[in-house]
Amino acid sequence: MPETIRIKVNGVAVDVPEHTNVAAAVTRAGHVHFRRSVTGQPRGPLCGMGICFECRVTIDGQPHRRSCQVLCRPGMEIQTDDA
Amino acid sequence: MTPERQFDVLVVGAGPAGLAAACCAAESGRRVGVVDDNPDLGGQIWRGERVHPHHKEAGAWLQRVRTASLDFLPGMQVIGQNGPGRLLAETADGACELRFERLILAPGARERFLPFPGWTLPGVLGAGGLQAMVKGGLPIEGRRVVVAGSGPLLLAVAAYLRTRGAKASLIAEQAAWSALLPFGLALLRTQPDKTRQALALRWALRGVPYRTDCWPMRADGDGKLASVTLTNGRRTWSVPCDYLACGFGLVPNLELPLLMGCDVRAGFVAVDEMQQTSVNGVYGAGEVTGIGGLDKSLTEGQIAGYAATGQPAKARRLVAARKRSQRFAATLNTAFALRDELRHVAAPDTLVCRCEDVSYDRVRRHESWRAAKLQTRCGMGPCQGRVCGAATEFLFGWPTTSVRPPIYPTALANFLESPANPASLA
Repeated sequence: MPETIRIKVNGVAVDVPEHTNVAAAVTRAGHVHFRRSVTGQPRGPLCGMGICFECRVTIDGQPHRRSCQVLCRPGMEIQTDDA
Repeated sequence: MTPERQFDVLVVGAGPAGLAAACCAAESGRRVGVVDDNPDLGGQIWRGERVHPHHKEAGAWLQRVRTASLDFLPGMQVIGQNGPGRLLAETADGACELRFERLILAPGARERFLPFPGWTLPGVLGAGGLQAMVKGGLPIEGRRVVVAGSGPLLLAVAAYLRTRGAKASLIAEQAAWSALLPFGLALLRTQPDKTRQALALRWALRGVPYRTDCWPMRADGDGKLASVTLTNGRRTWSVPCDYLACGFGLVPNLELPLLMGCDVRAGFVAVDEMQQTSVNGVYGAGEVTGIGGLDKSLTEGQIAGYAATGQPAKARRLVAARKRSQRFAATLNTAFALRDELRHVAAPDTLVCRCEDVSYDRVRRHESWRAAKLQTRCGMGPCQGRVCGAATEFLFGWPTTSVRPPIYPTALANFLESPANPASLA
């Protein structure tokens, strides 16, 4: 069995397999909307490789982190724009 | 004080080209560093291979990486230049200066996305984008996926997603059957290995229709994707799906080469026989010199690694292999050229710039990329035009080859004190 990591997405605890990135973890937590665009539209990941900036979330209080480029670490707290 | 790292050879990009360059450079005994903004090495095509090995050739190269004496700097992004021989980079913890004698640029490519109504809906991703997400842990089992756009990547992505339990319902390739046929025949004649790969992919995808002359018209859904409407130019039909994986070929990541002053010709970094760019001591390898896939990247990376460390004889032995992979790349790019109809899929209110939410109608009134940027903020958001620049280049024929530091958004603290900030030179 792969190790699991416990993180929080919008205050709710989620267990994810190790090597899971934050974008995948947010989706696993049931969220489709990662951020709101400048005109308020819901957005989710597009490029999966750090180019498009659509998957930005707040990680441990740091806003505008590209969730696809960050691996989950135990205890990480993630917030989407709809939190 | 910004921390510093000193290398004889610094490689930017840890995909196949960068890793091959780094391994060959390290053979000379010089101090070699590899920087990449991704959390792990492998780039896009070998993403996840270190943890979950699948690809034999990747395994062999990663083994070589492990035994070579390399400093790997993951999760670090180059954002500017701090004068000759110095790059400014950052991690989540702050800024860092990377010093080098020789620099090898292997920043790879990104997907080209084209706007169509509904393409901003969550659930619409790049083709490589969805694959990267699944490799990153996104559950795909039982999900209905339509793969669309253009290029051999579509087949590879669909086959991968299927092995992970996705229900791939359709692969929609915009290229015409009449354009792909000569490509297939040339493959059969000159590239038996690639023919075998293509046949293996097709076998893995048995039961999944591969439609040529077919492209997405719109995506629909309430807050997230529910269906995609496709056309073959004569009729349109809708396919319900959970994900649309859609990319229209690849475009090189030119931001850093442009910032360093490297000449760009016909959209790619110009290099000489030894992969050296127009800037002395700066080399380019992989997709950034021309979209050509894995073999070309590995060969160019090795040449650059040898050439940058005074091993020209070893570099020259690879020149014939490079020629073969470049010829293959040329056939590939002709076969998958984008059709004109794709320029007319966006509706007036379809967003072109997803960072600043600028519509097609507002962008098309302008005569150049620069004018559109100044008047509408198209391309002025966090992605700095990496998505809409490649789209407007195709839609309106606007060249977008100008960059300014920092080439990625960064915290002011990382930039203010740096010589990479033009204002700090005053």
